Amino acid sequence: MNRVRHAAGTALLGVSGALLVAFFAVTLLALATSAPPGALLRAMADPAVGAALRVSVLTSSASLTVVVLLGTPLGWWLGRRRDRSARWIEVALQLPEAVPPAVAGLGLLLAFGRQGLVGRWLGEVGVSLAFTPAAVIFAQVFVAAPFFVQAAVLAFRGIDEGLMGVARSLGAGPTKTFVRIVLPLGAPGLLTGLGLAWARALGEFGATLMFAGNLEGRTQTLPLAVYTALESDVHTAQALGLVLLLVASVILVGLRMLARLALPSAGTP
Amino acid sequence: MRGTWLAAVFFCAAAAVAGSASFAAYPPRTLTVLAAASLKEAFTRIATAFETAHPGVKVNLVFAGTQELRIQIEHGARADLIAAADGKHTAALEAAGLVERPWIFALNTPVLIVPVGNKAGLRGLEDLPRAERLVVGVPEVPIGSYTLQILDRATTAYGAKYRQQVDKNVVSRELNVRQIVAKVALGEADAAFAYATDARAFAGKVTVLPIPDRLNVVASYPAAILRQAPQPALARAWIEWLLSDAGRGVLIESGFRVPDLSAAGPAPRSPP
Repeated sequence: MNRVRHAAGTALLGVSGALLVAFFAVTLLALATSAPPGALLRAMADPAVGAALRVSVLTSSASLTVVVLLGTPLGWWLGRRRDRSARWIEVALQLPEAVPPAVAGLGLLLAFGRQGLVGRWLGEVGVSLAFTPAAVIFAQVFVAAPFFVQAAVLAFRGIDEGLMGVARSLGAGPTKTFVRIVLPLGAPGLLTGLGLAWARALGEFGATLMFAGNLEGRTQTLPLAVYTALESDVHTAQALGLVLLLVASVILVGLRMLARLALPSAGTP
Repeated sequence: MRGTWLAAVFFCAAAAVAGSASFAAYPPRTLTVLAAASLKEAFTRIATAFETAHPGVKVNLVFAGTQELRIQIEHGARADLIAAADGKHTAALEAAGLVERPWIFALNTPVLIVPVGNKAGLRGLEDLPRAERLVVGVPEVPIGSYTLQILDRATTAYGAKYRQQVDKNVVSRELNVRQIVAKVALGEADAAFAYATDARAFAGKVTVLPIPDRLNVVASYPAAILRQAPQPALARAWIEWLLSDAGRGVLIESGFRVPDLSAAGPAPRSPP
């Protein structure tokens, strides 16, 4: 009886998992196969595709650098703290995920735009952010950072305090302990967070359109180029979508491999 | 006790019969109208009046960019009527045999808008090179293609240097006219091209600078009945309403101009 129930459970798990995988596979496959390959290749040669790819790769790399530099210390601090105020900050940091991107873009304009709360002071010293590549980076950091910070908090929280104590007692300073013990142990979690955040930054659309506008070669990222191409030529939109998927795959697979390198003894991440 | 039950059953049965009888008198019908985003204010008002005049009719309005509406129809959207901001797309749908002959029911005028306060100090189209941040539509959307036509004419009038400077000032090419107007209303753009109707919807936030008639173009709004329309008679009634004095009054109040009906040809056939 038990064995039958076990088998049924396994089958159920398999079927439900397969359904989800099939759902993704069919949707992505439709993008790749519904257009004749010749038309897709011709569309890829469109100068707008190359320009958008360049803008996307440059801005998302810059965004993720900012996210990692600012997010790692924050994640560490939140991961070590046990008090209530830290929990509140942690929840507050998830809120940007609940804000519709277009509203996030509006918020960025109202904060950093020409008439914005901060933007008007920036304007006086001659700094103007809206409609620049910097605005694209602001939008991407806003939507992507929460994914990384959340993953960093969990990664750091899972590290055994005892190990750090041992390192310190063996004479390692705080910096050395962090670099030699904490970072390698936290690496798989951090890299997963980095992958999620990067994918989110690459796909960012609404906030960018609102705050950075849509200008080819300057602020037009791949998702904006997709939306623009939909106005005229579905094949170009499809080609752009495939380029976006390719870039995301390279980044996600690359980060996986890095995570594996970081923890060779732990086997597969 | 038993009596109460019987009474309740009887009451329910009576209600059911009465209900179905009223359904028979006014079968609920839905008219689905696909309309360009710039028609939002006008069509919302017209729908209320239309529903009052046609008891049992529910008007379902779907607003999107004209190009999106065309894609929806090409992919078999179940709707009765399309009201577009651009004759190009309805002509393509007619050529594909998807809609009947389109009727021009409204005209819209492109205008130049600046934020209230007009910090850049623009007085008209000739000052456009002074707008540091200019927002326009992508050429594929109607307002973007009208903008190009106006700029071409302005270039002829003001010279090639004018055009170079204007092109340099473009900071964003937006996909719909409401996004364009929003950026001017927020003061982030110094100037933009939009329709007179949008400028009216954002009165108080944007100031209109008229474009000289000789340099301007006119946007025509065609309405066409879908060949697969589930409610063709209602769709015809809707077009007749648009062409009636009441309908034209609402359109004019929203900032549209209306075509000279004698030039537009006969009104669509009444329902048989």
